[in-house]
Amino acid sequence: MEHIVSIFVRSIFIDNMIFAFFLGMCSYIAVSKTVKTAVGLGIAVVFMLGITLPVNYLLNEYLLTPGCLAWISPDLTQVDLSFLSFIIFIAVIASITQLVEMVVEKFLPSLYSSLGIFLPLIAVNCAILGGSLFMQEREYANLGEVTAFALGSGIGWLLAIVGIAAIREKLKYSNVPAPLRGVGITFIITGLMGIVFMSFMGIKL
Amino acid sequence: MTGQKEKEPLFSTKILRLLMTPINKGNPITVLVLGVCSSLAVTAKMKPAMVMAISVIVVTGFASFIISLLRNTIPNRIRIIVQLVVVAALVILVDQVLRAYAYEVSKQLSVFVGLIITNCIIMGRIEAFALGNKPWPSFVDGIGNGIGYGLILILVAFFRELLGSGTLFGYQVIPENWYIAQGGFYENNGLMILPPMALIMVGVIIWVQRSFNKQLIEK
Repeated sequence: MEHIVSIFVRSIFIDNMIFAFFLGMCSYIAVSKTVKTAVGLGIAVVFMLGITLPVNYLLNEYLLTPGCLAWISPDLTQVDLSFLSFIIFIAVIASITQLVEMVVEKFLPSLYSSLGIFLPLIAVNCAILGGSLFMQEREYANLGEVTAFALGSGIGWLLAIVGIAAIREKLKYSNVPAPLRGVGITFIITGLMGIVFMSFMGIKL
Repeated sequence: MTGQKEKEPLFSTKILRLLMTPINKGNPITVLVLGVCSSLAVTAKMKPAMVMAISVIVVTGFASFIISLLRNTIPNRIRIIVQLVVVAALVILVDQVLRAYAYEVSKQLSVFVGLIITNCIIMGRIEAFALGNKPWPSFVDGIGNGIGYGLILILVAFFRELLGSGTLFGYQVIPENWYIAQGGFYENNGLMILPPMALIMVGVIIWVQRSFNKQLIEK
């Protein structure tokens, strides 16, 4: 149990998707002009990571890892499908995004009106695919750990985008040198926020 | 060679402009802000940055080319999935080649090769250009954007490796006897190796570029 908590906290603060790996930067920069939209996109990312990562984990365990096809028949132990992982992960992500969009549109219209426009964006958000690839690389032991990692990195991403959106709202009133306005200053502030988050690095969990 | 009718030569001025615009005035990273996602984490050293840049150039070029060939047959509703599958197949090829011929670098790049799939430049160029243009211009547009992206990557990596480790491509550039340990005055800036400095470097590059190109300044 403590192990799961430590993975959760670690993926929020220490291995933060934005500040340590730059994942999902495109939408992070494009959609962080106001706090309200930033919260919407952030929640959509948490949601999608929470759904796709466990699914991809199961696929990885029972379909892709070398020798894992033994559960179908012993003849298949030699089969190694791991080269297919990119295409399978991205197909799962794209189709789940589409499914979730349809389900939310049908059954939760109020959520759809607030999340709706962000959902298609999510399919090509690097944070989601990045989460799946990190999950594969770090070899988490069970579904619980993977879910903790998924939710943790989603919440880390949400924190980062809400933080930068709040700063950018205030930034409108400050006198930034003309060539730095907009994107330039956003990059530099993200860098500074990254340095702040690095202070968590010494924490051993 | 491609769907091009005999009207235009292979390298007309229009084609050349497609190649050159993304390098400065329409640079995907500093102007369009696409494709920052996956790759700044690989810019601590020149070598992985170079490999990453080449991989992205190859994938953007061919992805635009293939999607442009298919553009009249893809149903609009599922186009994202089709595009992702094409891009993913290309990235798998690149990944397998890297594993076969440059194993060390591919270990360093780890998940970031896979993340080329969701690199926004590729999807951005497919959506904005390849879906509405013939294969050859799309191919050139893809290559041009890949180069514009690769240039920024290499520029960032150049400064980070030079100032952070005193080396370039792994070779010592700062003379050994400058270092404090050898009785000199110089010390590597350890901060440059850390991830946040990549973002600050990009910010500074944007600043320099926009001071020279006033029309790019945002209000």
